[in-house]
Amino acid sequence: MTKIIVDDTEIEVSPELTILQACEEAGAEIPRFCFHERLSIAGNCRMCLVEVKGAPKPVASCAMNVRDLRPGPEGQPPVVFTRTPLVKKAREGVMEFLLINHPLDCPICDQGGECDLQDQAMAYGVDSSRFHENKRAVEDKYIGPLVKTIMTRCIHCTRCIRFATEVAGVPELGAIGRGEDMEITTYLESAMTSELQGNVIDLCPVGALTSAPYAFQARPWELNKTESIDVMDALCANIRVDSRDTEVMRILPRTHEEVNEEWISDKSRFVWDGIRSQRLDRPYLRENGRLRPASWPEAFAAIAERVKASGPERIGAIAGDLAGVEEMFALKDLMGRLGTGHIDCRQDGARLDPALGRASYLFNATVAGIEDADAILIVGSNPRLECPVLNARIRKTWLASGGAVPVGLVLGDQPDLTYPYQHLGAGPDSLAGLTGSKDFGKALKQAARPLIVVGQGALAREDGAAVMAEAARLAREVGAVAPKADPDWNGLSILHTAAARVGGLDIGFVPGTGGRDVAAMLAPGALDIVYLLGADEITVPEGPFVIYQGSHGDRGAHRADVILPGAAFTEKSATFVNTEGRVQVTRRSVFPPGDAREDWAILRALSDPLGHKLPYDSLAALRAALYEAHPHLAALDGIAPGEATAADAAAERRGKLAKLAFKSTIEDFYLSNAVARASTVMAQLSAMALERQTLEAAE
Amino acid sequence: MAVRRLHTEQPEGFAFSKANLAWAKKEIGKYPKGRQASAVISLLWRAQEQEGWVTEPAIRVVADMLDMPYIRVLEVATFYTMFHLAPVGRKAHVQVCGTTPCMLRGAEDLVAVCKRRIAEQPHEVSADGDFSWEEVECLGACVNAPMVQIFSDTYEDLTPKTFEAVLDAFASGDQPQPGPQVERMSSAPEGEWTTLVELPQKAQDSKPRKAQAASDKDETEHPPPDSPKARKQRKARPKENDKPESEAARTPGKAQGATKPAKRKAKAADTPKNGKKGT
Repeated sequence: MTKIIVDDTEIEVSPELTILQACEEAGAEIPRFCFHERLSIAGNCRMCLVEVKGAPKPVASCAMNVRDLRPGPEGQPPVVFTRTPLVKKAREGVMEFLLINHPLDCPICDQGGECDLQDQAMAYGVDSSRFHENKRAVEDKYIGPLVKTIMTRCIHCTRCIRFATEVAGVPELGAIGRGEDMEITTYLESAMTSELQGNVIDLCPVGALTSAPYAFQARPWELNKTESIDVMDALCANIRVDSRDTEVMRILPRTHEEVNEEWISDKSRFVWDGIRSQRLDRPYLRENGRLRPASWPEAFAAIAERVKASGPERIGAIAGDLAGVEEMFALKDLMGRLGTGHIDCRQDGARLDPALGRASYLFNATVAGIEDADAILIVGSNPRLECPVLNARIRKTWLASGGAVPVGLVLGDQPDLTYPYQHLGAGPDSLAGLTGSKDFGKALKQAARPLIVVGQGALAREDGAAVMAEAARLAREVGAVAPKADPDWNGLSILHTAAARVGGLDIGFVPGTGGRDVAAMLAPGALDIVYLLGADEITVPEGPFVIYQGSHGDRGAHRADVILPGAAFTEKSATFVNTEGRVQVTRRSVFPPGDAREDWAILRALSDPLGHKLPYDSLAALRAALYEAHPHLAALDGIAPGEATAADAAAERRGKLAKLAFKSTIEDFYLSNAVARASTVMAQLSAMALERQTLEAAE
Repeated sequence: MAVRRLHTEQPEGFAFSKANLAWAKKEIGKYPKGRQASAVISLLWRAQEQEGWVTEPAIRVVADMLDMPYIRVLEVATFYTMFHLAPVGRKAHVQVCGTTPCMLRGAEDLVAVCKRRIAEQPHEVSADGDFSWEEVECLGACVNAPMVQIFSDTYEDLTPKTFEAVLDAFASGDQPQPGPQVERMSSAPEGEWTTLVELPQKAQDSKPRKAQAASDKDETEHPPPDSPKARKQRKARPKENDKPESEAARTPGKAQGATKPAKRKAKAADTPKNGKKGT
């Protein structure tokens, strides 16, 4: 720690900090355009100029470390001024230069109202221009369907380039030309391919890069902002849902250092048009092979009639990927009261058993813990598609170590993960001899905190339990579970692909004694009634009576005999537990359309005609019951760590390993759930990704 | 400086010639592992020497050779104005220096000649495809202003007339004599010497070498550069750059500019010996 005086306030800061960060610690506000905490330092906007005592001219505070400041003649701490006339004049000069070529089109600019340049011009701008020449004009560039460019507005801060290169790991953006003629573009204006490209919209301090689907839709001050949780992947990134009247207008990330930092994937950001379309806004009944609109009582009566006609052992329930903990808890409760144990939340068939302990299905190392890992083995997962933001965290770890953290991958194909890795094999047989034979095995063994990421591609298969056992044995062998160096470390981590999965496993939404799992339930003739709680990624055979409760008219609804319209994740308050076991709650930003209702309320209403009335009439009462049964869910934003012994229990499970290669369960990143499949933007991105794949395959 | 963009019409592909490929591999090998991207400028330059300009396929080839993203190489190619992003004249690409000293000494007249003889716009190839021109920033020969650079050679002390003569020579396939196009040697004074023509008496002790060097010149075999004797010597000098095409001129070390300093150095080496004899 070193002392520094900022505007007469003496503070102690770490010498590694930049002057800008030190000034912020001291409470001074420094304007900036190019500086960003999570990107490398460019130092090219010069807006952050401060006065340093003894320095001949103003200093760019973002590009100078506190340790480089010289003390006073008698060893006094260095003195920095942020509010002197010199500083103000210097910043006004910078602002004047920036505004020379910046168009005055704020009234038609989508960034208006949330523009850094606009805000800072209020403080440092002058009211007229001394520049009599014409303003520079720049052609707009095509860089993909998500990011709209109005390049005349660009102030050359290069944040987007640095983001694409450093965080996203897909160096597609660059600055061609130089000086006044510098222009941001992709190579020959090709579309960006990163799954994180939407973040450049947030990073752009001006209106040069804006959201294309949101273009000219709304002004920031007319939007209702709701802090919520994303459910597109199992990371459950923190988001802010901006809505106007009854519609979600856009989704932005919220900063949560432990989860998503400040990034979200494109699927999370641009899925909002899917929330509006293909909605189930009233109950439907299938009559003579066709679905007809019905009323709630009609739908409930039809269900009650069927349930009464069928024995409890012929009823089953499957929870989908977007179901909240509350509705799963209510459905499990209802099924329990009906007397059936045929329930399952693992619609992909992952061989995960909550009976082995919570640590057997969590990302035990935690998302933030990835940065502590010094060797990473990924088994049966393509994290770039399954969880792009988490993949960026792995890249960050690799990058921060200067490429010293070895990454190994066991997967059938060899995708571009944005960081180099050693491909160690395709199937489970590569796991057995890993430590003995290969360089990577040695590195894993020597690592103080090895991280073994097991994806659903390794678990959602016939021999999933055996693969898990193999991974657990490997984890024990290399000391990934409670190593001597760090007894709290548990490197055996499961990467989920569905936001609902961990919550479902937490409340035990799995077959009870004598209960059937998804595969058994879906076997022809196994059941008379299947209750699908937003389960779309399965195929229900001919035969059973299908009740579909969900928000979108997707695969499940097409097969349904009764449709109960539910709420999408932006329309209800529901608990989601992310892949590391963090409990988070979404908030309602808009109401469900038409007759659609919150999912727990539908189940509560249905329970009455079925003769098994659920004992909670409000969400608060439901939560009270939920928290009583599962106390760890009450600790919002907390992680209840699992017992490390779960790894031992998992390792004990025996089974035959198949020769089959691992394959990621996410085949199409952009179309992985019902909301995304309803989105036209996602459909476009999916088509583009497919085209790229075909081109690559052709080469 | 205009906005630098890739040319609209690009060739199908690009490949380094065998010799250039070997050279490029050697060049890449100069850099430590993981730093191969450092060779990007030299490779692009060699690609330009081979093709005359930097083509889009060449950018991709160089990027692939150095394991760089295409956009990174494009950034370099568009940043440096020495890379031609459009085809240039077959026989000569004239770079007219337009910075202040040259401008004051008549660079604008040279530009007018270019506009008349070659093309109205810079970077435009003349109708016959032989010539192109552009205005560039200072080329560091202000003392010989105005001047132009054609490939690796500079033609200095130009007037529209002598400049046209240079262009005529290129048009007819000759390689005109680079350097000043008036009777002077490099940046030495034109005409008779006006300074250091006689030995200053007082300075003799403090600066013996320089003074004597100047005074010795008259007696020794080094005549003033503008004397008829010197002209004869200069004409007799082997013409390394008479080789056809600009291959030789473009190869570093063989350019005309390199021989001149060498000669000057030789003269300087003589001086002390002469000085010793004198005392």
